[in-house]
Amino acid sequence: MTTALAATEIVSQLSAQFPGAVEEAGTDAVLVKGEHLPAVVEYLKTAAGLKFDYLNFITAVDYYSYFEVVYRLTSLEFNRYIVLKTRCYTRNKPSVLTLTGIYQGADWQEREIYDLMGISFKGHKNLKRIFLWEGFDGHPLRKDWNR
Amino acid sequence: MEIDENKDYIYDAHELDVHEGQIIEKLKANSQKSIPDPDGWLDEDIKRNIVLTSLDWVIDWARRSSLWPVACFPACCAIEMMAVEGPRFDLSRFGMEILRASPRQADLMITAGTLTWKMAPNVQRIYNQMPDPKWVIAMGTCGISGGIFRSGYNVVPGYNKIIPVDVYIPGCPPRPEAVIYGIQMLQKKIAKSKAVPDLNELPNPLKKGKK
Repeated sequence: MTTALAATEIVSQLSAQFPGAVEEAGTDAVLVKGEHLPAVVEYLKTAAGLKFDYLNFITAVDYYSYFEVVYRLTSLEFNRYIVLKTRCYTRNKPSVLTLTGIYQGADWQEREIYDLMGISFKGHKNLKRIFLWEGFDGHPLRKDWNR
Repeated sequence: MEIDENKDYIYDAHELDVHEGQIIEKLKANSQKSIPDPDGWLDEDIKRNIVLTSLDWVIDWARRSSLWPVACFPACCAIEMMAVEGPRFDLSRFGMEILRASPRQADLMITAGTLTWKMAPNVQRIYNQMPDPKWVIAMGTCGISGGIFRSGYNVVPGYNKIIPVDVYIPGCPPRPEAVIYGIQMLQKKIAKSKAVPDLNELPNPLKKGKK
């Protein structure tokens, strides 16, 4: 079974590599600042001994005061996974940086989050709705969305 | 024939040849007289020539006995539809085992599953491509009313919002027996339909000036 890489294990390594990038380190997830996210993910993917080469999923959560985008990465070589999170504190046009340049599988999932949650991904080449049709009013998975 | 323990086969090649020869000889001996050509069909034409029925009845019979469904299975009721098509319930007993991949060869649409608004134009397009006469069966609660997804922002609340539906089969999903019963109900409906127009509705070339 794939085991979780405890955030406390990796956080000192990340802080040394990217000073100020880690906002908060829980037991099960690392909260990364939005502007550092692609660099951190790139490092996790390529660094020797980590090799998180597989993106399980991206999803997003609406906490009213902020949006949280959740990434889970797995290292197929070392059979471990890590959960990364990043936050956007604005409800009006929130955005995070895209991961499509690092993982191709991020493409449609970022489009799904854009479609249903309204978070745009800067740098995404084809950011348009995927489940709903063009012209749909609002983003239905937001807590304050109402017909 | 005795089985020889020393041999690693039961019959050797020569023995098989001999056996084959005996079969041929027997067939040859029994085939000296030629079989007469079948001529029973010669009278059949005359026997068949006089049928008294109404054209309506014949057309309706032909239509209801060879319903070909188009493959329009957007969601999970399709699994139950496969069971209906399969050997256990065997829809082919009713002359409708051929699921057509092309709507142009089909006259029945079994709408098995939840339909989203994004998919709806395509379903309507498939319906429009089917040649007349055509019928629609709404299968399952999602097909009837949208089911548990009815209040969703992206679900069509019933296929009758976009295409006319002839028969509704309730269930989530309906049992295969229910689907077969629904198709039989459709057959009854077709049997009552009028295929031939009344004579005075047809254009009459003898009456001048009037249509």
